[in-house]
Amino acid sequence: MSVPHAKLPAWAEYGLIPLVNLAVAFLISGLVVLIVGESPLEAAYHMINGAFGRGEYIGFTLYYTTTFIFTGLAVAVAFHAGLFNIGGEGQAYVGGIGVALACLALDRTLPWYLVFPIAILGAAFFGALWAMIPGWLQAKRGSHIVITTIMFNFIAASLMNYLLNKVFKPLGSMSLETRTFEAGGQLPKLDWLMSIFGLSVGNAPFNISFLLALVAAFGVWVLIWRTKLGYEMRTMGHSPAAARYAGIKEAKIIVITMMISGGLAGMMALNPIMGEQFRMQLEFVQGAGFVGIAVALMGRSHPAGIIPAALLFGMLYQGGAEISFEMPSISRDMIVIIQGLVILFAGALEHMFRPAITRLVIGLSPKTRDVAATKGA
Amino acid sequence: MSELAIELQGIDKSFGLVHANRNINLKVRKGTIHGIIGENGAGKSTLMSILYGFYQADHGDILINGQKVNIRDPNAAIAAGIGMVHQHFMLVENFTVLENIMLGAEESQILNAGITKARTELKRLEKEYALEVDPDAVIEELPVGIQQRVEILKALYRKADILILDEPTGVLTPAEADHLFRILGQLKDQGKTVLLITHKLREIMAITDEVSVMRRGEMVATRTTKETSVEELAELMVGRRVLLRVEKGAAKPADVKLSVKNLTVRDSRGVTMVDDVSFDLRAGEIVGIAGVAGNGQSELLEAISGIRRAKSGTVLLNGRPVDVTGNADPADLRKCGLAHVPEDRHHVGLVLKFEESENAILGYHDDPKYRKGFTLDIDAIRAEAEEKIAAYDIRPPNPRLKTANFSGGNQQKIVLAREMERNPDVLIIGQPTRGVDVGAIEFIHKRIIEMRDQGKAVLLVSVELDEIRALSDRILVMFAGRVVGERAPDATEGELGLLMAGVEGPKEAAE
Repeated sequence: MSVPHAKLPAWAEYGLIPLVNLAVAFLISGLVVLIVGESPLEAAYHMINGAFGRGEYIGFTLYYTTTFIFTGLAVAVAFHAGLFNIGGEGQAYVGGIGVALACLALDRTLPWYLVFPIAILGAAFFGALWAMIPGWLQAKRGSHIVITTIMFNFIAASLMNYLLNKVFKPLGSMSLETRTFEAGGQLPKLDWLMSIFGLSVGNAPFNISFLLALVAAFGVWVLIWRTKLGYEMRTMGHSPAAARYAGIKEAKIIVITMMISGGLAGMMALNPIMGEQFRMQLEFVQGAGFVGIAVALMGRSHPAGIIPAALLFGMLYQGGAEISFEMPSISRDMIVIIQGLVILFAGALEHMFRPAITRLVIGLSPKTRDVAATKGA
Repeated sequence: MSELAIELQGIDKSFGLVHANRNINLKVRKGTIHGIIGENGAGKSTLMSILYGFYQADHGDILINGQKVNIRDPNAAIAAGIGMVHQHFMLVENFTVLENIMLGAEESQILNAGITKARTELKRLEKEYALEVDPDAVIEELPVGIQQRVEILKALYRKADILILDEPTGVLTPAEADHLFRILGQLKDQGKTVLLITHKLREIMAITDEVSVMRRGEMVATRTTKETSVEELAELMVGRRVLLRVEKGAAKPADVKLSVKNLTVRDSRGVTMVDDVSFDLRAGEIVGIAGVAGNGQSELLEAISGIRRAKSGTVLLNGRPVDVTGNADPADLRKCGLAHVPEDRHHVGLVLKFEESENAILGYHDDPKYRKGFTLDIDAIRAEAEEKIAAYDIRPPNPRLKTANFSGGNQQKIVLAREMERNPDVLIIGQPTRGVDVGAIEFIHKRIIEMRDQGKAVLLVSVELDEIRALSDRILVMFAGRVVGERAPDATEGELGLLMAGVEGPKEAAE
């Protein structure tokens, strides 16, 4: 039975539906705040003000955004080939090795703009390596990528714990981190970008890796929609049978896709390590790999969607921190609830309001109806 | 005029921009077999889905036995006495017949009482309608014809007075189809009303009392079957005169292009699907492989085209061996002059979510002419897609439209254009016209014969016996994985039918 699908105009598909989903998520979040006994309006004020109220706040929001763009792209690339890479967390973590090695080796001799490209390659290399193993296991042994990438997150955590303890920690230091990098291992902040808008970045670690994230987003678009490799990845993602028919080598595509995905996740490490802390710390990823899944879901695996989705989550992170600071009875956990609701409505229940909105939009535009009538079914 | 079982008044249904049913009026008399024909996408399935409660009509009324009813969902349809036999059976494969029939009508949490009741009721139904089925047989072990009988029993068990059958003969042998028609005749004699949806005009002529024709979402005519003809119905369906017979000259077979020797293929469970098959395919001839679906034809095509690994045997393409038991690569085979129109265009031949132009290069995307430096040359790809759209009259002529939004016939043309325009030496085609409308069938058949006349070797697999007989220069019949006989295309349907049913199989195989 072939059922013609109702097609919505782009503004409804990519604007109205996500907006309605978000509104509902925030509405329910407001109810939760109300139940706790606080004013939802005040919380909303702190959220918005905390994320965008001052140049410094915006800087923090964009700092988180940068991180989420990388991990969101990582999930999206794999998703186009039908692979669900849940290992962004571990890949980003291991990617940190590449950044740390580059910085520790070169920060005293080279300027940042020479260390940066090497650190990018290092981050991508280690992230790709960490994703390649589950990819290879899936391609050759049929081990499911969801399971293996989750397991590799744990392995990564233990591995990094060991390395920070036994290899990277300077002698005599008590904390599990590398030494602090010199000037060569410190990325410049984007003050100039902020000052164009008359804002000051203040203490926010908003750095040049934001631009790298935007370049990566464009690169992913070119890869997926404009290259042969992207074409083969999408074919496999939509229909493995069609890929086999077309002579696309499944094993090769799986491994390559996972390496690209892991490389992007690994590049996330540049932002906190070279851009904020100037050293590699224990657990510096802080769940960003998992947020990437939500970002990719919300952004529909398209770079043009991932950037705003990453911005939204950056706002939730930064504004959420502000809420818990200003309103002590709203704990950090409450912020996680709000984030969860956004993921629930924008990701998992994405289609809940679709039928109603479709009816509304189609009903409101009698013109489209006439066109259909003359074209025929 | 006798009583009306179903009356539809002004049914109207749109899906977004697609107006699938437009002001449909239909009267079906009680105790008759009423046929509904129309091309794919004419709105037959939508109309039946509205009647069975899968969709709600935007406007219009449904009257059952003269009473206006509101059919919100299939349960309401069942309550109104409507039963449906779907094209793809809705049976749980590893349940028994009895369990399937009870499913959804268990009546209590404890199954025992229900089972006894169902068993008695089933016995009664079997006797009344001569529908013998072993209630304890497991569905997956039953032949397709019997599975369909179970579907009918399921509807009758739910006290259906009106039976809707959606393309019921697509999966049946001619003999099984005849049996089905006898059953439908019996149901009619018992006062049941049957709505038969099909695109096979011959069936309509054979068993219906009245026939309604749909075209582009509208009900264009209702005829008494005795007073109409196949030609008139075909013309009503398409809206113009249609050539039903395929015209072709004699074949001029030349060199062997594809040689298959002792090919054996097993499926993933290790069951032998193709059993020691050998044949030669020459340039300038069409060899048709007839058989009921599931007798190894699909696996044969897949093995030859390098999608499925064979267990043993050899295949020579243009005299060169193909590593069918090892690493045969579909991409390499294409370069060696093999084109393949797969049976399942939805999952194999096309990526439905792709734009048309993206599907127009599937499998040939490695060609340097589609590349510009590091990236794909989107302009070149779209320009070429537009040429093919024009040459094959693909509608709507938009290379950027999502492939899922084309009708079945146009989707098939996208695949054919891609595979035929590459000028292959060997063309293997599976089910060229499955789910394709009459107008497009004519076009596709002409193209296939043109390919032959250009000296291509064509291997054709189809479950439509008429199609095999009309196009082929030689017919091989497959049964249970073996080629059980070769016939000339003028062999009678009865003779081929017996071969397809495996009746003469053992004798010939022994020869």
